[in-house]
Order: sequence, then structure tokens, then C-alpha cells
Amino acid sequence: MSDSHAVATTADTGHVGAHAAHPPYLRHHFESMEQQNETTSFGMWLFLLTEIMFFGGLFTAYLIYRNWYYPAFVAASHTLNIVEGSLNTLVLITSSFTMAMGVWCAETKRKNGLILSLVATLILGLGFLGIKADEYHEKYVKDHIPGHAFPGHAFDAAGFVHPVAEDGKPAEKALAPDMAAHTEVYFSLYFAMTGMHALHMIIGIALLSGMLWKATRGGYMDGNIAFVENFGLYWHFVDIVWIFLFPLLYLISRYN
Amino acid sequence: MSTIVSLPDQSTARIPKRNYITNENGLMSWLLTGDHKRIAMLYLISITFFFFIGGAMAGLIRLELLTPQSDLLASDTYNKVFTMHGVIMVFLFLVPSVPATLGNFCIPIMIGARDLAFPKINLLSWYLYLAGGAMTLTAMITGGVDTGWTFTTPLSTHFSNTNVITTGLAVFIAGFSSIFTGLNFIVTIHRMRAPGMTWFKLPLFCWAHYAASVLMVLGTPVLAITLVLVVLERTIGIGVFDPTKGGDPILFQHLFWFYSHPAVYIMILPGFGVISEVISTFSRKRVFGYTAVAFSSIAIAVFGFFVWAHHMFIMGVSNYAVLVFSLLTMLVAVPSAIKIFNWAFTLYKGSITFETPMLYAFGFMGLFTIGGLTGVFLGSSGTDIHLTETYFIVAHFHFVMVGGMLMAFLSGVHFWWPKMTGRMYPEKISQLAAVVTFIGFNLTFFPQFLLGMLGMPRRYAAYPPEFQVLNVFSTAGASILGVGYMLPIIYLLWSLKYGEIAGNNPWQATGLEWQIQSPPLTENFTTIPIVTQDVYDYEWLERQKEHEVTHVG
Repeated sequence: MSDSHAVATTADTGHVGAHAAHPPYLRHHFESMEQQNETTSFGMWLFLLTEIMFFGGLFTAYLIYRNWYYPAFVAASHTLNIVEGSLNTLVLITSSFTMAMGVWCAETKRKNGLILSLVATLILGLGFLGIKADEYHEKYVKDHIPGHAFPGHAFDAAGFVHPVAEDGKPAEKALAPDMAAHTEVYFSLYFAMTGMHALHMIIGIALLSGMLWKATRGGYMDGNIAFVENFGLYWHFVDIVWIFLFPLLYLISRYN
Repeated sequence: MSTIVSLPDQSTARIPKRNYITNENGLMSWLLTGDHKRIAMLYLISITFFFFIGGAMAGLIRLELLTPQSDLLASDTYNKVFTMHGVIMVFLFLVPSVPATLGNFCIPIMIGARDLAFPKINLLSWYLYLAGGAMTLTAMITGGVDTGWTFTTPLSTHFSNTNVITTGLAVFIAGFSSIFTGLNFIVTIHRMRAPGMTWFKLPLFCWAHYAASVLMVLGTPVLAITLVLVVLERTIGIGVFDPTKGGDPILFQHLFWFYSHPAVYIMILPGFGVISEVISTFSRKRVFGYTAVAFSSIAIAVFGFFVWAHHMFIMGVSNYAVLVFSLLTMLVAVPSAIKIFNWAFTLYKGSITFETPMLYAFGFMGLFTIGGLTGVFLGSSGTDIHLTETYFIVAHFHFVMVGGMLMAFLSGVHFWWPKMTGRMYPEKISQLAAVVTFIGFNLTFFPQFLLGMLGMPRRYAAYPPEFQVLNVFSTAGASILGVGYMLPIIYLLWSLKYGEIAGNNPWQATGLEWQIQSPPLTENFTTIPIVTQDVYDYEWLERQKEHEVTHVG
């Protein structure tokens, strides 16, 4: 307690001089660029934590119902299109790579590299959604959409009670009618989880388009790349969610 | 009666010309502001609006319960009224009450920062709050909702014919406003502290808000996804909570209470923060056991995540789960008691004065203790089975939420009013309001403990005639309570124009917010302070007064 009038003294006498030299994108309530960058990145990580909790509710429900209705989950999982699912996993991992390249290009101020990476990420993201839409359509045709969203295509579990062989594949094991009915819980979770994931992809693609537009006009070349970096974190997060969804939904007991 | 209030000479004192209120003019300068102090004021106005709507609903409930028959309101109207009361009071008043107003205003100044870390997200949070509020009012006007604020399945998904979807989405949106507030506070407290402001020099107000923010950030997303599933189930009939399809309504309860129990601590922890500041200031003592009080906030936040199933003892969870959750529930009483005891020891041999914020704080300590102890009755599985879903539980959570949180909120509003507006409220009438509130509160809710013990169930418009006497007491108390809440509105508005000039530090408090002008400058500090003094250091303040710095504006 030696300094009795500490509150009234200036924090850093060099600060006034530094203030004149600071980059234009330093917001006024931060003391330094370092503080601003640390703060925004911390905020983004915290936001991703809330996202984990958001998906966590769905994963909890999945865990419980998978334990209760394992045969239904196996049978329903086998009706998913494994080829498109795997392809989508590949597409999404590649898009994470191109996004990481984008961040690197922004850091090293390569304008064309940044634009190219963002375009590639955008195309891959749209590709993912396209493939997903095709899968959703397949569910529609098979009457595997839970509930009564589409008149004439209400959920129908009859195919799990009397499975038929198709395309040279042997027929699945038949389920008892009550267990077969529980495939609706599986598809509810399938649509809730992949739907929430797709929603995050759509939001991501919207943000990505805005970023691309700004990049083509020479944005992010002045060192102010916090948005690119934080968007990168978001994109990787959405990717990681899919990395969990893919085995949980598609790969239940595939090889026995 | 002695007082510590020290005001500047009223004949010469004036409000600083340049401050956050006068800095810019016009409606748009408020609606598009990034200033945490202005956003706090916007929040204060909005939550007060919703408080009085929720309060009007409470008035209707009490009036209906004046007589045993369902006469003023039909039963289904009554259901809608208590649901709206719950939804508005929980999601639109209690959750944002202290954090979004007082926390928003004070935290950046207390830690020596110019603003919160993300001013635009702060403003966005207010707009989300308004959107949620507007949707709730829409749901109310277009026919209401009758599920109770808990949206219990399968009532909410299958059987209710009311506006569950609108209300659910309203709560979803308001939830994001709460997430953004919490996120902002955590990042701000981590990254924006002034030089020398170490964690253990933070006012306990900041510790309490930090703990509450952790709960907001981790709990609210779970409520969000739960409500999404309810809406999906109601609209297109997916089967996650539908027992006819193999879903489990109990899972809804787990997910809902996983948020809504921590939400209780989201509501009360910021109140604890206010009380720590007030008790210290009006006892002229450092808070006893500062470190213990700080960590007890964190402990409440951590334990708070592991007790949710005590809301479900009669809903079909296993006996073993009941045992475990009962034990964990008892554990929460420990950090809560640490706080109460440390405040009591702060008072011990302190130079106590009885200004209005302190009166509310005393009210808080008494009522919260009763609320907390009756929580132990409900946490023990045996008594819970008798008492849950009766008026006992209604009285319990009103003692904690109204007797606790609302008292703390009013205490804080009075405490920081001179800082927010630069003017004092009239002291005598505000002391009267505090006493009226305390008396009205006890008269309203104490009879409800007795009613609950006797077995009167909650959420019914009609009741057997033998319960009428106690219900009349309760309704009479509610009218007194209503007066107690109207008074502050009137004299606080009056004080905006006619109140005495407060000066920088009317309470002679030690926090950084009291060392700057009232109302503060938009940038809070002309130069960022270096903090060398300890927190609640009244000796430092005495020495400080010799070098009094007058206002800048």
C-alpha cells in the first residue's frame, strides 16, 4: 500500500505515444493488439464450448436410446448410405484442410491463395450439403423420415419387420414389431443431429461467402485476420462434430 | 442514526457536463450504442417492464386464490396466467436481472477496463432479449400457454392446445442473450483487467458474476437443444420424448433440469455478489474470509451442475439416483452457508449503518437463509415426496428468488443508483419501501409454507375452503408487496430530476467504480488505473481522500 494515489496515476506513460501508432483496426477499448487478439480468440473458444454443450444434449439422448434399442439402431443404421456418408466425411476433412490453408494464406498475406482456399472451402461445403440432401431424399423415398412431416410419407417401420434383399445385398435380420417401431427414435436422432450439423454448415457457408467477398476486395491483407482465424476455428469445430456423427450414425455394427 | 453518506456541497455541486449519458444525443445513439453502461440502462428499463407484467400476473393469481372457488379466472385461464408469470419472471426478469443491468454497468469499471470485451455482442444480447420478450408477449396475447414454465412433456408436446411453440422459441432466443452476456463477462474478467488487478483483488461481485457466467455458458445451450426437440416433436412428431414411439419423457426432465437447476444459481449468484459489496461498504470492513467467499461462488457453480435430478424425485428416477442426488444437493448448502456465515462475520464489530441498500441486504440474508434451509427439506427424499408439488415448494423458491434475488437486485439498484445517474434517491422513503417489501414478502409467502405442509397442491385455481384463511393472508401480503415494489419506481424516477447530486463516492466505498465521476465518462477512465491497493481497503480510501480528484467532465 505504498502508493496511496494509485488510481489517479497513468497506467503506462508510454501508452500515449503508442496510441498514435496503433493499427486502425485496434478497437478503442483494448490497450494493445495482443490483448485484442487474445480476447477475440478466447471468446471464440468459449463460444465453441457452448456449441459442445448444445450438441451434448443430442449425444446424451443418442447414448441412452442406443443402449436401450440397440437392435433397432443397428438395423436402421444399416439402411444409411455408407458410400455417401464416407464421401461426405472425406469432403468435409478436405474442406477443413483448405480452410487451414486459407488461414495460413491470410497470415502470410497471399491474396490469391486466400481467395482460392476460400473458394475451395465454399465448394466443398456446398458439396457436403448436396450429398446430404440426396441422402435426405433417400430417407423420404424409403419413408424413413420420423413423424408426419410429409403427408403420404409418414414414418413406416414395416421394412424392418419384413426386410427384403436389395441390390444383391442379403436381407437384414428381421426385428420384432415393437423393436422395429423404435427405429423411429433412431431416425429422429439422425435428423436432429445431422440437421443441426447441416444448419451449422449453412451458417458457416453464409459467413464464408461474406469473407470471400471481402477477400476479393483486398480484405485481410493488412494483418487484421481475426475473423479468418475465428471462422477457421468454427469450421473445424463443425467438421469435428461430423467426425463424431459419422461413426455413431453410420458405422454401428457394420461388419458382423 | 449515524450515516456514512457524504455528499458534495449541494449549492456548488453539479452533474459533470460530459458523461456517458450526455456524450451523444438522440434515440439512435442509444439503440446502436456499444457502451456497456448505456446497454445496462436499456436492460434496466426492459427488465423493469417485464417485471411489472410478470407482477401483474402474480397479482391475478393471488386475487383468484382469495376465494376457494375458481371464480375470478376460469381454470384454464388460471393455468395460462401462472405459466406466463413463471416464464416472464424466470427467463425475462430473474436470469438477466442483476447480470445484464448491474453486472453490465459495473464489471468493466470494477476491473479497470473501458468496456466489456465484445461491445457489439453485448448490444446483440439486448436485442435478442427484446426479441424473446416480444415473442413471449405475442404468445400471451394470442392465447397464452398453459404448460407451466417447465414445458413438461408430454403435456407440452402432445396435449396442450396453446402457444407452446412461440413460447418455446421465445425462451430459446432469450437464452442466447444470456449466453452472450455470460461469454462477454468471462472473457472480460480474464482478459481486460487493469494492470495490478489480480484475481484476488477482484471485488466479490466479479467473482460471483464469473461463476454465474460459467453456468450461463455451459447450461443454457442444453436448454436450447431441449426446446428445439420439443418444438420438433410438436410440429412434425419426431419421437425423442414420445413414449408411444419409444422416447422417454423423463429424458426431457433430465435435459431441462440440467439447465434449469443451474439456472437457479445463475439467478442467485449475482445477487450474492451485490450483497458482498453492500455488506462490506456499510460495515466499513473487508469481507470476512474473502477467499472463501470467492471460491464458494465457484463451488456453487460446480456443484450446481450435479444436483438437477432433485427436481425429479417423484418422477420415476431410480431410488439409487435419488440417494446420490439427495446427498449432492446437501453439499450445495455448504458453500451457500459459507457465504452467509462470512457476511455475518463481516458485520461483527463493523461500523454498521442502515442505509437502504443495507436494509435490503439484511432482508436478503434473513429470507435467503429461510429459503435455503427449506431447500434442505426438499432435498431430503423422504420429506420431498410429501412437500413437492405443494405450496411448500412455491414458498421455498419464492423465498430464494424473490426474498433473495429480488432483494439483492433492489439493494444493488439503490447502491449503484448514484453512480448510474449521478443523483441520490430520497433516503427516508426508500428505507420505508425496503421495510414494506420485507413485511409484505413475509406475509405473502410464509403462509404458503404452512399451506404446503397441510398439503395444498400448487397450480390449481380452486382449493378446499379450510385453506382460505392462510390464502387471504397471502393475498393481503401480496398487495403490500405490490406497494413495496411500486414505491421505488416512483421515487427513483423522481430522483432523476430532483435527487441530490451524489458526487463521486457517496457511500465512501472502495471499489474502482467509486473513484471515478458519477455518472462515469463513456470511456470510464481517462487513463487506465494501476491497481496497488487491496480490495475493500478502507484505510487506503481514507488516505485517498486527502488527494481527492474531482470530476473530469
